[in-house]
Amino acid sequence: MISESQREAIKFEDVTVIIGLEVHVQLDTQSKLFCGCSTDHGADPNTQTCPVCTGQPGSLPVINQRALELSIRTGLALNCQIARYTKWDRKNYFYPDLPKGYQISQFDQPICGPGQLSVTDAKESFPPRLVNIERAHLEEDAGKSVHDDAGRAKSKIDLNRTGTPLLEIVTKPDMRSAEEAKAFLNELKLILTYVGVSDCDMQHGNLRCDGNINLHIDIDGETIATPIVEIKNLNSFRNAERALSYEAVRQFDAWQEDGKTIGDAPKRTFGWSDAKQETVPQREKEEAADYRYFPDPDLIAVTISEQQIEDIQSTIGELPPQIRERLKADYSLKQYDADVIVSQGRGVVDYFLAVADGCGSGKVASNWVSQEVLRHLGETETEIDQYPVGAEKLTELLKVVVSGDLDQTRAKDVLAEMVESGASVAEASDKLGIVKVDSSEIDSLCQQLIDENEKVVNQIKEGNDKAVGRLIGAARKINPNANPGAVKDRILAMIAGE
Amino acid sequence: MDLTNLSATQLLDQLKSGDLSAVDCNEFFLKRIQAHQSLNAFVDVGENGSGSLAKSAELARTRAAAIDAGEIKGPLAGLPVAIKDGICAAGVETTASSRMLERFVPSYDATCVAQLNQAAAINVGKTNMDEFAMGSSTENSYFGPSLNPFNTGHVPGGSSGGSATAVAAGLAPIALGSDTGGSIRQPASFCGITGLKPTYGRVSRFGLIAFASSLDQIGPMAWTAEDCALAMNYISGHDVNDSTSAKEDVPDFTQGISDSLAGLKIGVYPQFFADGIDPAVETAVRDAIKVYEELGAEIVEIDLPHTASAVATYYVIAPCEASSNLSRYDGVRYTHRAEADSLDQMYMNTRGEGFGAEVKRRIVLGTYALSSGYYDAYYLQASKVRRMIKHDFDQAFQKVDVILGPTTPTTAFKLGQHTADPMAMYLADIYTVSANLAGIPAISLPCGMSEGLPIGLHLQGRSFDEATLLKAAHQYQQATQWHKQRPSMDQEVSA
Repeated sequence: MISESQREAIKFEDVTVIIGLEVHVQLDTQSKLFCGCSTDHGADPNTQTCPVCTGQPGSLPVINQRALELSIRTGLALNCQIARYTKWDRKNYFYPDLPKGYQISQFDQPICGPGQLSVTDAKESFPPRLVNIERAHLEEDAGKSVHDDAGRAKSKIDLNRTGTPLLEIVTKPDMRSAEEAKAFLNELKLILTYVGVSDCDMQHGNLRCDGNINLHIDIDGETIATPIVEIKNLNSFRNAERALSYEAVRQFDAWQEDGKTIGDAPKRTFGWSDAKQETVPQREKEEAADYRYFPDPDLIAVTISEQQIEDIQSTIGELPPQIRERLKADYSLKQYDADVIVSQGRGVVDYFLAVADGCGSGKVASNWVSQEVLRHLGETETEIDQYPVGAEKLTELLKVVVSGDLDQTRAKDVLAEMVESGASVAEASDKLGIVKVDSSEIDSLCQQLIDENEKVVNQIKEGNDKAVGRLIGAARKINPNANPGAVKDRILAMIAGE
Repeated sequence: MDLTNLSATQLLDQLKSGDLSAVDCNEFFLKRIQAHQSLNAFVDVGENGSGSLAKSAELARTRAAAIDAGEIKGPLAGLPVAIKDGICAAGVETTASSRMLERFVPSYDATCVAQLNQAAAINVGKTNMDEFAMGSSTENSYFGPSLNPFNTGHVPGGSSGGSATAVAAGLAPIALGSDTGGSIRQPASFCGITGLKPTYGRVSRFGLIAFASSLDQIGPMAWTAEDCALAMNYISGHDVNDSTSAKEDVPDFTQGISDSLAGLKIGVYPQFFADGIDPAVETAVRDAIKVYEELGAEIVEIDLPHTASAVATYYVIAPCEASSNLSRYDGVRYTHRAEADSLDQMYMNTRGEGFGAEVKRRIVLGTYALSSGYYDAYYLQASKVRRMIKHDFDQAFQKVDVILGPTTPTTAFKLGQHTADPMAMYLADIYTVSANLAGIPAISLPCGMSEGLPIGLHLQGRSFDEATLLKAAHQYQQATQWHKQRPSMDQEVSA
């Protein structure tokens, strides 16, 4: 037993946080896992049901092939070993929203075996982390119980969700902070949306997350572990991060208080209270659940061929980690900028690549896409395919920017006009009265400014180059088309040459 | 006009030739069902006279009229069929003879029922059974036992005892049963009729209320093997709604049943005649062996070394699957629901009231055997023995085409004789469970009488080779008269 004084000597900074995640992803199929009912959200309760998903006598499950394909697709995207033989098991328990009294799941032969996902932080708040995936298995969702919290009305059951295909992805306890866990979830979601297996819409519960967490504490060359806590139903990545952060500190404080380690207490289940911003213990059963798993005799085992795996692999395409590397290597983007583009999804990546290749500058393309385009998408809550300025049109605009024929500020005005009216670069430029200003015009404009601003010229002569800014402002009032860079260079040259 | 001496095949010939109208045929059997309600062959929930049996009768009358009017056509047009109550028929109460499902009306037909409807057969009613097909006597029915028409003091066997009673009493020329450990063959044996358990996967299980999914199989029960072959032509085949149904070609089972048995190799396992067999049963089966020899078959002694473990294996696997299959009867949706103050109490009260003693016994057995710490010793071990039993049959069928033996160790026992002793009841399945464990087809056909009760002959065959079994049974029935034994019925009605 570690003494109280020994415990007090340990600081939170000295402990290692151990986090593993279980993520349930609703696969994007039209119909349920074992029957033909629709998986759409929002229908009236119990209207998307049939004898199979309501567990009526004599009904039998039939596997949805699309769900198998999407599971394999996910497994490949997460570098998992794909099982060549997988089977179905029944997980037996009673609950009113579980119509058959068992859930069809996969116990000892999951469709996806070990895999891995590498997580990096663009801001480098933690070192790159390789998170091992233990397994991913396919199972059917339960229905929804609607309870009256006041306890007055009867509980209601909606079985529309019953039988919806879920892929449960289980990681090894490889994450060492809440930030890493959040980054893992972000990367996982990004990959899943890239490969098109799920929309990962957390509001509709299409991605749900539970976290397992405890602490490892080194004392006198020995590592002791605090009791494991599972935090259920983390309904947003932000809450996942907060809950795990909170729970790490709570466990540390509890250990300081009572010294209890993993052998002293069973695994406990907590929830995250948004209102209290705390993890709160959930009602625990007196005995450990015994799900009495056994192979489902209503379904035959599935064999997956090499050909099937190859066919799916061939349609997966480039994934975020590879795209980031390519953007850094081939387009000279920084990690952060590459991350911004890639995190927007494949549509934005394709848009960026078209613009970058067209205008010849990855950096310029990155700036414009990350700032102008993404800001507009954010403000209007639209997707890249709805953006009024197609990649070709933006390319045309950025070519003029790259060549220096149009300054950034004027170019942004042009882009705003293009977004507004759908105009081409030429049309927008015309409308804004933008014409190319030749060098003799710039010369005479600069001469005029030098003549009229003796005070500023003197400041520049005294070495205060920044003062030229005021002349540039004045130049743009006289001729808005004058390129500020050219004006600046010319004025400084003319003053120096005097 | 007495149609009870006609086989289903003969009846169908009369219907096809126009000598007999569908309405007349249907009325004949509906009247007999009414007249022999004391046999309790059919389930009738609701008020007598306006309950589910009356509902079935009305539907049957409407169909018969439509068939005579030419509105419904099909190869079995007008043939009355009784359906075991564990098989769903849309719009008619389907109770599996359980209080739990007393009010359950399915919205869908079992695939086999839909296939028979498609062929224009007529469902005349739902037959009584042991609750959820668990039992060997129909004494586990919530609605009381069916009676053996040969001697109403005896059981008809089970679980498809209502179907066997219906056929034997001439209430229907043919019936569907289901067989998980002998539930078609044992009552067929007790009631002097022919019953076929097809290969696992041959007939779709969709719509069959599950007892033990890896063992359950629907099959026909009738006077003759030829009738069973006829029914098999319509209920067999792959079904997209049942993943375990086989994608095997379905032959015309009525073709080739008249072929010679010359050269057929019939295996006999000496242990079939060991302790516990009624001497009259042994004599009848040994006589049947002689008949086969005369028909040109060659008798070969075989070994089935794991047979002794079959009943034990069965009574682990079947309850394990049942404990899970019956979890859905929880009081939440379509079942009986008991009043209670809490959810857990509602579950307990509902299942306590809704299930009978044998069903509860098997749920407890299965739940125990699947529990953490016991799974390996029971379910897993039983699964291994099951594979060994299957291997025994694979080996035997290298040498022989058919395996012959008694269907049951005794003739039909008395009502109440085994109700206090579940083990004695379970041993009624001793010869039949192996076929379910191995998934192979098997048929029972009458081969003798003892003290006024029929004796059954059991033939087992290779997977998906029902044709050979039907041929062997048909040829035996061409050479013998046992399948023509009829019970002497007290209350006959004239049609």
